[in-house]
Amino acid sequence: MTQQYDKLPPEAFKLVKVNSTHAEQIARPSLNFWQDAWLRLRKNKAAVISMIVLIFIVIIALVGPHLNSYGYNDQNVSKANLPPKISWLAPLGIADGYAEVAGKKVDVYAQKNVKENYWFGTDSLGRDLFTRVWKGSQISLLIAFVAALVDVIIGVAYGGISGYYGGKVDDIMQRIIEILAGIPNLIIVILMLMVMEPGITAIIIAIALTGWIGMSRIVRGQVLKFKNQEFVLASRTLGASNSRIIFKHLLPNIMAIIVINTMFTVPTAIFFEAFLSFIGLGLQAPNASLGTLINDGYKMLQFQPYMLGIPAAVLSILMIAFNLLGDGLRDALDPKMKD
Amino acid sequence: MAKYVTKRIIYMIITLFLIASFTFFLMKMLPGSPISSAPKLTPEQLAVVEAKYGLDKPLPEQYLQYLGNMVKLDFGVSFQFKGADVTQLIINRAGPSFQLGIQALVLGTLIGIILGMIAALKQNTVWDYGSTLIAIFGLSIPSFVFATLLQYWVGVKWELLPVALWKNGFSSSIMPTIALAIGPLATAARFVRTEMVEVLSSDYILLAKAKGASRFEIAFKHAFRNALIPLITVMGPLAAGLVTGSLVVEQIFAIPGIGEQFVKSINMNDFPIIMGTTMFYSFLLIVIIFIVDILYGIIDPRIRLAGGTK
Amino acid sequence: MEKILEVKDLELSFHTFAGEVKAIRGVNFDLEKGETLAIVGESGSGKSVTTKAIMRLLSENNTEYKNGQILFNGKDILKLSEKEMQKIRGKDISMIFQDPMTSLNPTMTIGKQIMEPILKHQNVSKDEAKKKAIELLQLVGMPKPELRIKQYPHQFSGGQRQRIVIAIALACNPHILIADEPTTALDVTIQAQILELMKSLQKKINTSIIFITHDLGVVANVADRVAVMYGGKIVEIGTVDEIFYNPQHPYTWGLLSSMPSLDIKDEKLYAIPGTPPDLLSPPKGDAFALRSEYAMQIDLEENPPFFKVSDTHYAATWLLHPDAPQVEPPATIVERMKQFPGSRYYTGTIGGTNK
Repeated sequence: MTQQYDKLPPEAFKLVKVNSTHAEQIARPSLNFWQDAWLRLRKNKAAVISMIVLIFIVIIALVGPHLNSYGYNDQNVSKANLPPKISWLAPLGIADGYAEVAGKKVDVYAQKNVKENYWFGTDSLGRDLFTRVWKGSQISLLIAFVAALVDVIIGVAYGGISGYYGGKVDDIMQRIIEILAGIPNLIIVILMLMVMEPGITAIIIAIALTGWIGMSRIVRGQVLKFKNQEFVLASRTLGASNSRIIFKHLLPNIMAIIVINTMFTVPTAIFFEAFLSFIGLGLQAPNASLGTLINDGYKMLQFQPYMLGIPAAVLSILMIAFNLLGDGLRDALDPKMKD
Repeated sequence: MAKYVTKRIIYMIITLFLIASFTFFLMKMLPGSPISSAPKLTPEQLAVVEAKYGLDKPLPEQYLQYLGNMVKLDFGVSFQFKGADVTQLIINRAGPSFQLGIQALVLGTLIGIILGMIAALKQNTVWDYGSTLIAIFGLSIPSFVFATLLQYWVGVKWELLPVALWKNGFSSSIMPTIALAIGPLATAARFVRTEMVEVLSSDYILLAKAKGASRFEIAFKHAFRNALIPLITVMGPLAAGLVTGSLVVEQIFAIPGIGEQFVKSINMNDFPIIMGTTMFYSFLLIVIIFIVDILYGIIDPRIRLAGGTK
Repeated sequence: MEKILEVKDLELSFHTFAGEVKAIRGVNFDLEKGETLAIVGESGSGKSVTTKAIMRLLSENNTEYKNGQILFNGKDILKLSEKEMQKIRGKDISMIFQDPMTSLNPTMTIGKQIMEPILKHQNVSKDEAKKKAIELLQLVGMPKPELRIKQYPHQFSGGQRQRIVIAIALACNPHILIADEPTTALDVTIQAQILELMKSLQKKINTSIIFITHDLGVVANVADRVAVMYGGKIVEIGTVDEIFYNPQHPYTWGLLSSMPSLDIKDEKLYAIPGTPPDLLSPPKGDAFALRSEYAMQIDLEENPPFFKVSDTHYAATWLLHPDAPQVEPPATIVERMKQFPGSRYYTGTIGGTNK
């Protein structure tokens, strides 16, 4: 600790007025909650890639079936069981239209005298798999999104009412939930599908019927947490109506958790649809979904493995992407929340 | 505690009653009598069965009789197996299903716990990313996709294990077990990692470190137990997932289990088996969730006391 | 007096996603045997980080020790291996944390938790360790210790839990006890009990204490010496009387002025304007200048060195430079300085002030 002072110029010791707000200057522009979350999400590489992949799959699921001239149910037995053939990939030995027959590689296209190329091959009825896979993805995604939407609507309404009104209403509603939650959802889904006319609507209803319970519990918990917080009480003392409190104060605060939960509902619904179709309770022929395609492919697994591989890959990529994006959203929207 | 257990048991009975009623009325809603749609019975047999199950009586009486039979574990006779007793059919099939379920649960949770622990202890390293990747894949890829791929490559292409059927003892159970285990594995790995990371950043771990405890002691004496106790809470959903998985995995590997029989019955409209299996699954899962909750209370000292005083 | 701990030019940074946070920017202090040193400062001033650095408890993944030494009995702690460090933690240096509700393992009996450091550092049997644990609980004033060692943390109140944490910290008669805001999370009445307990135990086992707090009332009660930290540095260090009655740094003035007092009938409570500096990009010069009414041109340009006020009292402010203008501290500080012999406002027997 030196006591040797340098000679300093006298003006160094001039008192200066420092504006103390200067010290508090905020260097970053102010961002709202969603902008901030978006910035955080963008830093998560896995989530960003998943989002791009999902957007890509959604687009191709919409336009894919129209990219060639085959309809999803155009049958042509003379062109059945063709392996994938994509002309620009063929030189690499992938998707070259060859298949292994009795241990030998055979150009199936030449054998069957087929001139045109089928990018993903054809099934046992000669239907174009490229068209069917994207048509199927379209239907799987549609089922998943609608089921998730129904889940959100019922779940938020039920949980919101239960939490917001509290007291006896909450008591009764929670007892009901407790019993419903005890019923394994697989059982309900299977029973419902046996009774209803098979089809997209039936699957959506069956999945949505059990899916909303989790959402309603989360929403109720959040509403209970927020409704007694000071900002809500303050608004209430100022004479805000119930609807104002719900829509202006509560909903914005629980929005994040609803979004996160929905992100995990969608892949669950995709899985359930595929699962039900696989065990034969889902869509009926000639409709296609990823589940029915996998089921068809499984029957031909030994001879035409691509028939299973392609829809299975699309399904798996969808599931992985949704889960990764869900994880990313959860971290971005609510860093403290765990699974 | 006793009060809590009583309350839970009452809830369980209500739930089972609801499921039973639900099943009964759904079956009644189906076009025509389920018996009449069974092709294999002669009119005389039909009359005998109808009389036995009271299908000629008015609905409320049928309902009561149905519930009464259910309490006696009598689910009637199968259509496809020509009048075989449903309860017996389910019992006959239980062996392989339980063996697969337990093997998958043990294997999956064990590997999952190890992966989750490694990921948490070596946060943000290759180990962490690797185990997280495995968990995400396991969570995302449906068991039936995984099972078919496994069957195709390991069974058909490489011929390492029996492709299907339940004839080669333990080796027949390996592939279905792996296919079923992937779900519990992924769930356990993710769950343990999250819990472990949280526990490791808690104050009491810092205090343990400040006491001079080694890394090993911190991980296993302090963190491990606290991170694993909450894992019990996901055992219920895991069991439900295993049941779901077993339906497809047993079908794919042609395992003579309850799930395979169930799926076959669904496709053949064999209602007595469907109802019986539904009740069986419901009972199984409800009891598992009940046991898990009680177990959690016994193992976690915090809950133990709370339950004792209230 | 024998120096047991010397911290020399300690500099360390955390690497975060936002960049390098220069949490400690050159800290120097000594700790003598048997004394209590209080470190005071706002949240984020680096007081907790300093003590966690002494125990090497900071996460190794993102902490970088950039410079300096921490000498414990002449040995540099920063150079020890993790194994060697484990032998020091809990035995020679131990620590009490802020929140007793979270610092005990919820699924381990408190007996086991107290016995852990004893079994770890002393060559004793389980039975002896258990006996020692009971003694320790008695020492910290826990009734019926034989029964209570079988219980779990949630069966104790906050004050009782902090007593248990203290028992754990004292289990091996440490040379240094670091108390990181040990009373902040407790009720005021319990606070007083815990402080009394710590003072009496210090006498019994003759340990040195580093006491971290932002509560100046507590400081006056327990400390022999006080170090004031701001923006990752010590800005003033001295005996309790020197800091309370003859403070030199404008930040210390601010701290003392913002302390509610019963004797001074100033109705308005003083608050230091602004917020602590962002240590991602620490300001040039005196970090406090931006919030100070006494800032000079040089404060904005150059880091002030320590100026000696007395043998025990140093302050890092350019105001002590011989060329600096005399400034008038806030009125409450002048009131305090009037009671301190040696200050320029002293109104005692020496007399003669410029009031």
